[in-house]
Amino acid sequence: MTGGGKARKPAAGSAGPRISRRAFLVAGLAAGGGLLLTLKFAGKASARDGRIGAYITIAPDGIVTIVAKNPEIGQGMKTTLPMLIADELEVEWKSVRVKQAMLDPIYGPQFAGGSLATPLNWIPMQRVGAAARQMLITAAARTWGVPSAECEARAGVVRHRPSGRALTYGALAGKAAALPAPELDSVTLKSPGNYTIIGKAIGGVDSPAVLEGEPLFGIDVTLPEMSYAMYEKSPVFGARVVSANIEEIKRLPGVRDAFIVRGSEADAAIKMGLVDGVAIIADKWWDADKARRTLRVDWSPRAVPGQSTQAFERQAEQLSQAPPQSILRRDGDVDAALAHAATVLEASYAYPFLAHATLEPQNCTAHFEHGSVQIWAPTQDPRAGAKLVARTLGIDPDRVRVHMIRAGGAFGRRSYNDYMVEAAMISKRAGRAVKLLWDRTQDLQHDAYRPAGFHYFKAGLDASGRPIAFRDHFVTFGHNGRVASSAGLPRDHFPAGFIPSLEYGQSMIELSAPTGSMRNPGGNALAFAFESFLDELAHAGGRDPLTLRLDLYGPPRAFAPPPPSYGMRIPPFDTGRVRGVLELVAKESRWSRRNRLPKGTGMGLAFYYSHFGYVAEVVEASVNPDGTPKVHKIWAAIDIGRQIINPAGAYNQAQGAILDGLGQALHMAVTLENGRIVQRNFDTYQLLRMREAPPVHVHFLRSDHDPTGLGEPALPPVLPALGNALFAATGKRIRTLPIDAHLLRATAT
Amino acid sequence: MRYSILVNGRRRSIESDPDTPLLWVLRDDLHLTGTKYGCGIALCGACTVHLNGVPARACVTPISSVGDALVVTIEGIGESEWGRKVKDAWLALDVMQCGYCQAGQVMAAVNLLARNPRPSDEDIDAAMNGNICRCCTYTRIRAAIKRAAGLPTTDTLQVQT
Repeated sequence: MTGGGKARKPAAGSAGPRISRRAFLVAGLAAGGGLLLTLKFAGKASARDGRIGAYITIAPDGIVTIVAKNPEIGQGMKTTLPMLIADELEVEWKSVRVKQAMLDPIYGPQFAGGSLATPLNWIPMQRVGAAARQMLITAAARTWGVPSAECEARAGVVRHRPSGRALTYGALAGKAAALPAPELDSVTLKSPGNYTIIGKAIGGVDSPAVLEGEPLFGIDVTLPEMSYAMYEKSPVFGARVVSANIEEIKRLPGVRDAFIVRGSEADAAIKMGLVDGVAIIADKWWDADKARRTLRVDWSPRAVPGQSTQAFERQAEQLSQAPPQSILRRDGDVDAALAHAATVLEASYAYPFLAHATLEPQNCTAHFEHGSVQIWAPTQDPRAGAKLVARTLGIDPDRVRVHMIRAGGAFGRRSYNDYMVEAAMISKRAGRAVKLLWDRTQDLQHDAYRPAGFHYFKAGLDASGRPIAFRDHFVTFGHNGRVASSAGLPRDHFPAGFIPSLEYGQSMIELSAPTGSMRNPGGNALAFAFESFLDELAHAGGRDPLTLRLDLYGPPRAFAPPPPSYGMRIPPFDTGRVRGVLELVAKESRWSRRNRLPKGTGMGLAFYYSHFGYVAEVVEASVNPDGTPKVHKIWAAIDIGRQIINPAGAYNQAQGAILDGLGQALHMAVTLENGRIVQRNFDTYQLLRMREAPPVHVHFLRSDHDPTGLGEPALPPVLPALGNALFAATGKRIRTLPIDAHLLRATAT
Repeated sequence: MRYSILVNGRRRSIESDPDTPLLWVLRDDLHLTGTKYGCGIALCGACTVHLNGVPARACVTPISSVGDALVVTIEGIGESEWGRKVKDAWLALDVMQCGYCQAGQVMAAVNLLARNPRPSDEDIDAAMNGNICRCCTYTRIRAAIKRAAGLPTTDTLQVQT
């Protein structure tokens, strides 16, 4: 595994994401006489906007405590964000201790999602460190009565160059804290050549504690006088409790209490709010879980006919025969272009609903007391959770305190706080602290699912094999006539804008199950359909799938970016960066050998742009005798800008995302039957296992742009790249996920 | 029922129903929460502990069946030579992402190495296939096991801690 590729010229008009807000620092004395810095942004505070902050505390012994403001869900931000501060602060990593923030408006946005932590915090976190460094230098200069310019800071020590005098940060912290904080915009950041921590492979700050088995995760939270809670909900989404044998449950051993909880609103199931259920409170979780086996609940309704995967497939097929219910985009005249095409291709693609299946099931510990509630939750979006709890319990948001607890995986699941509001309500009703823990079946059957979808493609090629007409009739899912969460097709999705005659139409199937964000929402599904069909077009036109893509994207140029969001300037889409990763992955995988592979082995290629990241992947695969795909090796070329902040985390995220995608391609699917999810555990909802994990070679292309996030962008291309490789290996086209071994069995060699 | 079990070299006494899985005794009675719940039916390996040195799924091991077996959990595995080597390798290669499965992974890896100090890729795949890592850190787990065994690895990214 090596970082590859050389830096390239920035494209014209390109600008990395930058925080546009004016910032200022507040400094004060921390407990123990250390320096405490709070980064705030001026202006009105709002949910995602407004003030952000970070704390630095320097103890007299030189130990620097840096607050990690965002949730840690395995994406490594508890390590990465403090690295940015520590480097500019000029301290050694070994003297840094990291402290997890609580949810607090002082920190501004605190969430894990959209691969946004890096682009949002890259500059601000460095400025926090640089400002503190500047204050420490000023404190030393004043102590010695010398100009600051004659002093420099390194490894936690300020030195006066001419005299050689030195003072440690620990000795200076108290004095520095009394100084006025500099304007954050005015602080000078180091040149990248002087980085001492950024760019180094740094191990996760919690890793040693994880390996000692210390209680770090939500499921490990223990409070004095705490009870355990189970919350039984109907597997049929939206069902209400008619009655339950509560009195019988209350008499069971270990059970303290049991009661019916009413959902907060009619469509709470779709909104991932509080839904009807029965709470069982016990002295031990096992007692509560055992009591569930005696629990009998009369639900209404008990089934929702038509809400079944098989019915959806029939509906999609029918909808595809009719014109789309709505047109999302129409460029040129697709019918006319198809009439003139040398080759016309039609194909339909389908992918299933997916559950997130974080290995740590949803859980939350809550203590409601005197009209306030404290929450200990593994959550990606603690602020949204606090609001949901406040609204549902009818208390002021200031009365919800959220401790952000390390999450055993998230993948988008913990952007929803249904488990948090359940725990809060149960604690309020029970009048005591409770730890709510779902079992695996509840976790699989109560999720915000990655939506299934169907694509009916038709495209035309000219005599040279170039696509001139492209149509997608996308059949997706909706609630009451509105597209379900994460179930949309962006109107600018590639190849829109790159093929003159193009039409995206959409039809909708009504869905009773909630959907939502899953690692690379949209992309994790759309990439498979679009990049597989593009491969079909390449083969039909006799073109190399690599050169067809290079031709379609065309010469290097940057497109006008969308308006800023999250206070961040959005970098423009740059076809030069597409070309860069395509060429790099072709070189590293030796794409040119693809026609000289042994019979039955194939290579497939795909590219996807998402979350500001440019990722091209190649898969080499064959087929096992039982028809299952055998993936030999995967190569990825990734452009997320000039600086990989923590290579240890970055390679891990990229490899993990790619193998996550491979698991989706090979196994993952949940199905609906009469309004409920069928799968109950990992026997029927299979995840990738060790034996199926091939080597993954990751290469970063360091283009001259500010760094962007990596949790999500590496996932999508592997799905189509695998399908395209299997086509090259067998001549069978994968158009439905997960991959059906029966389809490939006959081709096995 | 009252049970007395040997956990990480210490005798522990608990009051429990006979059918309570060892997992919940460890977690909720003894507050040894390093062993994790993932599936409850021995499909994911997150709850892997050693009973007399052999990996067992604590989520399906009733407390009544533990008897005099030596129970070792992630909290105690570092006392053994392989336990220490495996943990060191895990840190050197920064294996974990979320970390939730890693206690189980370590317990499985220690047993593999104790049985087979020079495992091949196939040996590793076979021994580790029962342990799901949802973050898919599999390639690093494979490399870390080799590193613990003193075998050459392809993943050479060393980290600072």
